[in-house]
Amino acid sequence: MKQLVEKHPLAIRWFHWLNFPVLALMIWSGLWIYWANDVYRLGWGNTTLFKFFPQSFYQAFHLDHKLAQGMSWHFLLMWAFFLNGLLYVLYTFFSGEWRYLLPNRDSFREAGQVILHDLGLRKTAPLVRKYNGAQRIAYTAVILMGLGSLLTGLAIYKPVQFGWLTRLLGGYEAARVEHFVLTIGYVLFFVVHVAQVVRAGWNNFRSMVAGFEVAEVPMNEVKK
Amino acid sequence: MQPENSIPKHPSPDGQDLTLPPGSPLQQEAARRTRRSFIVGGLAALGGVLGWRYLLQRPDADGTPKPFRRVLDANGRLSSAYFKETRLAREFPRSQAVKKVRTNGSAGLESEIDLEAWRMVVQPYGGGKAQEFTLADIKALPRVEMNTELKCIEGWSILVNWAGARFADFLAKYPLASRSGQPIKDIANPPTDLAPYVSVVTPDEEYYVGLDIHSAIHPQTLLCYEINGEPLSIAHGAPLRLVTPLKYGIKHLKRIGTISFADERTADYWAEQGYDWDSGH
Repeated sequence: MKQLVEKHPLAIRWFHWLNFPVLALMIWSGLWIYWANDVYRLGWGNTTLFKFFPQSFYQAFHLDHKLAQGMSWHFLLMWAFFLNGLLYVLYTFFSGEWRYLLPNRDSFREAGQVILHDLGLRKTAPLVRKYNGAQRIAYTAVILMGLGSLLTGLAIYKPVQFGWLTRLLGGYEAARVEHFVLTIGYVLFFVVHVAQVVRAGWNNFRSMVAGFEVAEVPMNEVKK
Repeated sequence: MQPENSIPKHPSPDGQDLTLPPGSPLQQEAARRTRRSFIVGGLAALGGVLGWRYLLQRPDADGTPKPFRRVLDANGRLSSAYFKETRLAREFPRSQAVKKVRTNGSAGLESEIDLEAWRMVVQPYGGGKAQEFTLADIKALPRVEMNTELKCIEGWSILVNWAGARFADFLAKYPLASRSGQPIKDIANPPTDLAPYVSVVTPDEEYYVGLDIHSAIHPQTLLCYEINGEPLSIAHGAPLRLVTPLKYGIKHLKRIGTISFADERTADYWAEQGYDWDSGH
């Protein structure tokens, strides 16, 4: 029998949707900052496979000559990013939502099955509670990445006052690379995340806005 | 705490037909909740966009809208509160220092300079006549050599071998930064009537930086006269420049002209163009 099943608590929906524009603007202002010393590339020796970023990319989005503006946005929004992330983690801890989110001993095997299924190499998708193994790993990893961005950011923002942190991360230059790599990680996460949301369909997407999902519930579990 | 099994294990709903019978109470409830949530979400998004645009359109405060400047300043106060004179910038072996030190920016260096006639002018905090110092006066202070990172606000950094006199040693010998004329004997316990802010300006007054006194008297803040054991070149700020690994490169003023002290934050070239006044590390 079809029922409306509560899926995402209101708090998690707010944290999720607040994080989206905040992180987007952090990345955008980060690009304005990065432009002033855009030295990273994929390649070796004199061979460059990809330069971060081609001139045309900066021009297309007017990302150039905005270092001061980028820093002022970044150092305001960092508070929103930090507080929202912190409240999310506290909420998942105290509400018990973490039980659905943290990977467990089955998650890695299950994640393999999910990937095979999503690639069309396996017929059945594994049974899941709220999130499958791949989701548990991805949603936990992205929180750890958030913590990573916070720490690497702090290490390049105050490299003397937090000198121990900067050293732990391999030094000032290394911390800047790590901060950048994490950002690329968010972009990759975003691409896969959106693709999966599109694939999962409206019912799933709506649950992150309205909280409920329409589900086929076996008769013996139907709640009146 | 929610029991782990409150949502039973179920197959992925991919491909299931989950349409509710049109007109059924369940469908009406789903439609109502969906509508309400999307309206609230849409209004929140609109509010966010309008709020952000409002912040961006606030009056300008030195090259950045006022709310952004307020946050930069609050961040600066927060890091000042955490700041300790005993926390040092990392030092490296001299062998790692670059041989050729990059130059970046020549504001304040465009005018002619007669190195023989050059004097550093210091305006005492307590008032009174400005005092002049020769390079020999500075070199008479203990020579401090350090290999520290010069971090440019653009994002690059280089390891530089600097030598010069501690600004704190200068103020210990010439007590010009306290109203009562007390010297700084111990950096951790400076005189209580020490000026809170320092201004450093080039002779032509084209470039100027402001510093908080705690950064200024930090043991790694130097009146620097040598790079790699050689006197400073003109491009690096001959004959005397400011070096402080506690701040971005923008605060490393080249060719010191006048130093003065103040009760309020002093003018800063880059802070007037949208950058953080503190720019501290």
